[in-house]
Amino acid sequence: MTTFDYAPALESRTIVTIDPQYGHFINGSFTKGSNHFASINPSDETVLSHIALGSAQDIDTAVDAARVAYESVWSKLSGKERGKYLYRIARILQERAREFAVLESLDNGKPIRESRDVDVPLAAAHFFYHAGWADKLDYAGMGNSPRPHGVAGQIIPWNFPILMLSWKIAPALAAGNTVVLKPAETTSLTALLFAQVCQQAELPAGVVNIVTGDGSTGAALVEHPGIDKIAFTGSTEVGKAIARAIAPTKKKATLELGGKAANIVFEDAPIDETVEGIVNGIFFNQGHVCCAGSRLLLQEDVAEEVLSKLKVRMAKIRVGDPLDKNTDLGAINSSEQLLKIRDLSKSGDDEGAERWSPPCAVPEKGFWFPPTIFTGVTQAHRIAREEIFGPVLSVLTFRTPQEAIEKANNTPYGLSAGIWSEKGSRILWAAGQLKAGVIWANTFNKFDPASPFGGYKESGWGREGGRHGLTAYLKDAESNNE
Amino acid sequence: MNERLEVKKTYKLYIGGAFPRSESGRTYEVKGSDGQFIANACLASRKDLKDAVVAARSAQSSWASATAYNRGQILYRIAEMLEGRSEQFIKEISASDAISESKAEREVLAAIDRWVWYAGWSDKLAVLAGSTNPVSGPYYNFTIPEAMGVIGAIATEENSLLGLVDAIAPIIVSGNSCIVLASGRAPLSAMTFAEVLATSDLPHGVCNILTGSKEELAPWFASHMDINGLDISGVDEPSLVSDIKTAGAQNLKRIHSFSKVQHPKRILAFMEAKTIWHPIGV
Repeated sequence: MTTFDYAPALESRTIVTIDPQYGHFINGSFTKGSNHFASINPSDETVLSHIALGSAQDIDTAVDAARVAYESVWSKLSGKERGKYLYRIARILQERAREFAVLESLDNGKPIRESRDVDVPLAAAHFFYHAGWADKLDYAGMGNSPRPHGVAGQIIPWNFPILMLSWKIAPALAAGNTVVLKPAETTSLTALLFAQVCQQAELPAGVVNIVTGDGSTGAALVEHPGIDKIAFTGSTEVGKAIARAIAPTKKKATLELGGKAANIVFEDAPIDETVEGIVNGIFFNQGHVCCAGSRLLLQEDVAEEVLSKLKVRMAKIRVGDPLDKNTDLGAINSSEQLLKIRDLSKSGDDEGAERWSPPCAVPEKGFWFPPTIFTGVTQAHRIAREEIFGPVLSVLTFRTPQEAIEKANNTPYGLSAGIWSEKGSRILWAAGQLKAGVIWANTFNKFDPASPFGGYKESGWGREGGRHGLTAYLKDAESNNE
Repeated sequence: MNERLEVKKTYKLYIGGAFPRSESGRTYEVKGSDGQFIANACLASRKDLKDAVVAARSAQSSWASATAYNRGQILYRIAEMLEGRSEQFIKEISASDAISESKAEREVLAAIDRWVWYAGWSDKLAVLAGSTNPVSGPYYNFTIPEAMGVIGAIATEENSLLGLVDAIAPIIVSGNSCIVLASGRAPLSAMTFAEVLATSDLPHGVCNILTGSKEELAPWFASHMDINGLDISGVDEPSLVSDIKTAGAQNLKRIHSFSKVQHPKRILAFMEAKTIWHPIGV
C-alpha cells in the first residue's frame, strides 16, 4: 500500500541576522560585554552566537540606568504617552513577527508552527493589551492614582523566551516602572532582538535594560538594593531561594513557578477531542511548559479506549527540525534538560511504571526526546510528583470523581488543571474543587493577556495577565508596605 | 465587706471548638496596669499550634463550601453575640489594657461594628475581585476569588480585642480557617471572645485562638507546611519579620502585614484568583 508522508517544508532562516557576539542592552545602547559564552541551536548543536555573561557590575550599571530613567523620564510621562510607546512596541513586534518566530525556533528548538502562531502573536498581544491600561490605572481597583514600585528586576525562563519577556515588561511599563530583565542563559537572542525593537520605538533610554547571563547574574539582580520589585518565572527551587533572599528587604515579588498539572478525563468526555487535548496538554512546546498537563487521570471505564486512541495519535506526532512547518515536536532546549528528562524517565522504569513511545526517528545531532507515556503510575512515583518539563506523560486512573480530585490536589504545586466532560455541572463542581490557579475545561494550554495566570501553593505568588496581573506592578496611593 | 467570694474564670486555649489547656502545662501571669495579678493565661506550645492547624485544616473545606450568604449570617451572628456581652468586654479590657472604661467601650463597639462590616463582604468579594475576561478566541473565561486555606495570624499587641477581630474577620469571611495568636500582653479578652465564637454557629475549627509568646510561636507559624498564609501585623521587630519570611519561603507562604485596619485588601490578601476556560460552540 502506498502511504503518503509530508515532504519537508522548511521556513527560511535568511530573515534573521545573528551577530557573532552580543553585549548587554543598557541605557538604550549595547555594551561590548565580557566573558562571552556560546549560545547554541539545540536542534543541531551549532553555535548561533556568543552571549555576554552579566556580572554584578553590569547589573549595577543597568539598575542605575533604570533608576535614572524612572526618576527623570518614565515616572514623569503621562499614562497616555507611556501607553503609546507600548502600542508602538506591539506594532513593531507584529511587523517583525516572522523574524522573531524564526529566531525563537533557532534559539529555543520549538517548532516554527508554535513560535509563529503562539509565542510571537501573544507577545505582541500582551503589549497591545497593557498599552491600553497605561492611562487607565485609576480604574485598576487600586484606588485613585496608584503608583508604580520603581525599578523592577525581571528574570525569565527559556521555554517561552519572547512571550515571557512580554508578560514581564508590558505590565511593568504600563504601570510606570522601569525594568532590568535577565533572559535565560540558553535563550537570549529574542530578548536582544527586542532591545532593537525598543530602539526602533524610540523608547527613552534606560526604561528597558537587558542583561544576559546565568544564575549568578540573576542572583545579582535579585540582591541589588536598587530593585523595588522582583518578577520571576522559573523553577520552584529558585523561587524559594528568591523568597528567602528578599525576606530581610522591602522588595515585592511575583513568582511563577513549577507545576504538575492533572488532566482529568471523566467517563462522559468526548474522547476524540479529549485525545487532542491530552496531546496539546503535554506535547505542546516539547512539554517545556510549567502548566503542562503532565499527570493524566483517566476514569477507569474509559481508560483503555483513551489510551489506545492516544497511542494512535502519538504515532502521528512529527518530531524533527524546528524550522520545518510540519514539525509538531521540536528539540529539547539543552543537553542539561535532556539529561533531566532521561533521568526522571529512568526513575519511571525503575519504579515499575510501563514506558511507551511510538517508533520515532530523531536527528543524529541535537537534543531529542520522543513523545512518551508511562502507564501503571502510582502517586508515589517520582514521575507523578516531580516536574519533568519534557514530553513525558504519567497516566493514572480513578474510579470516582472524588478520587480524581484527591489525586489531582495531591501535590505541593497548584498551577493548572484540565477537566474533560460533557456534563456542565460536573465541570463546574470539579473546577471548584481543584486547587489550581488556571483550570482548562474541555481545552488545555490556552493563554491570553486578558486572562490572569498563576498558581496556588508552591506554584508561586501572584498572577500575570488581566487586571489581577497589572496590580502586581502597582501600589495604592497611600500605602508603602502593602 | 462583700462576703461572697468571686468565682474566677480559668483562661484556656480555643482549638477545634473546645477549650483545652496548653498540652505543655505552661501558663504565664497576666497583670494589670498597677502590676496587680489578674489571671494566669496559657503559654501555648508548638504542639498546641500543630493541633490547631489540624483542626483548622479539617474545618476549612466545608466552611469554604458554605454559601457566602450563610457565612455572612454567621459573621453577623458573632456581632450579635459580642453586643450581648459588651459590658463584660468593657470591664475586661479596661483592666487588662489599662485604659478607661469609656475608651474600652469605644473599642468594644468598634469591634462589634467591624464584624458587621466584614459580614457584609462575604457575598461581594467575587464582584470586587472576579471578572469575566474577553480573551481573543471562542472561550468563556472567568476569574473568581477563592479562599486560600489555613491562615495564621499574629494579632497586634495594642487594642487586644479590636486587633484580634481585625486579624480574624477578614481571614474567615472568605472561607479560610485560621489560627490566631492573641496579644501576648493582654490575652484575656481573646479567650473571652472565644466564648462568643463558640456560641455563634461558627463551625468548630474555623477559628482557633492561642495565647502565648509571639517570639516563641511566630517562627513555628512560619515554618508549618500546612499553613498557607500568615498575617504578621502584630510583629514589628524587623529581625523577627525577616526570620518569619525566610522560614515561610519553604512552602511559599503568602505573608502580609497591614497598616490599614479596615479594608477589603485584608480579605483579598488571603484569597487566590482561579481562572477557568471553556470553549464556546454549538
